[in-house]
Amino acid sequence: MATVELRFSALPEHVRTARLVAAAVARRAGVDEAVLDEVRLAVGEACTRAVGLHLSNGVNAPVRVVLTEEEKKFSIEVGDESPTSAALVSGSHAEADDEAEGEDEMGLAVISGLVDDVEVTSSETGGVIRMSWPTSPEPLVS
Amino acid sequence: MDLSLSTRTVDDRTVVEVGGEIDVYTAPKLREQLVELVNDGNYHLVVDMEGVDFLDSTGLGVLVGGLKRVRAHEGSLRLVCNQERILKIFRITGLTKVFPIHTSVEDAVAATD
Repeated sequence: MATVELRFSALPEHVRTARLVAAAVARRAGVDEAVLDEVRLAVGEACTRAVGLHLSNGVNAPVRVVLTEEEKKFSIEVGDESPTSAALVSGSHAEADDEAEGEDEMGLAVISGLVDDVEVTSSETGGVIRMSWPTSPEPLVS
Repeated sequence: MDLSLSTRTVDDRTVVEVGGEIDVYTAPKLREQLVELVNDGNYHLVVDMEGVDFLDSTGLGVLVGGLKRVRAHEGSLRLVCNQERILKIFRITGLTKVFPIHTSVEDAVAATD
């Protein structure tokens, strides 16, 4: 079960909220302080991409962010419900305009540059970016 | 935190001091500022990023757009940044090869090539 699940209207102003929530939950889960900046950036990129896909395809559904604390890792899933997500991931950019396409690719480039464990999947009903980071055990209370 | 922008002229350069967070929500504001400066004939820009707390690919896209615009007028766009977490984003996207990045506004203003 997800530790925290967030759904937000696909609007640019809410991406910051998603970043803040993800970083707060990651910190609690025991993700190293030095890596929190990466978590924040990667979640922001994934949400920005999802918002862009929803807006450009007229999808009214919210963007979904699932934050899960597991035994030795913390994972984040960002899901969109855009039908063209598949086309963009597989490299067919026929319908995307130049600027949006460039930003989408740069966003994915940032994510793959930052996160070691990342998986981008897509289907006709939307796409999911899954990322995870290792967590350190709870510090002993002395 | 929102984005803050202020501009000033140093010698023949226009210094844009940016503060706060540059993301999908605030980047259009930075884009407007850069477009306006170029439209007003300022082709040598120095973007001071020392006050930036967060930068994502949308922000990078706006900076690349600004660079394209000034280059169309044989101008320049230099960045000032010493923050490791911001520099890292330029490195992983290969943009350190595209932008001259300086450690101080003085250095950026004095640079000629």
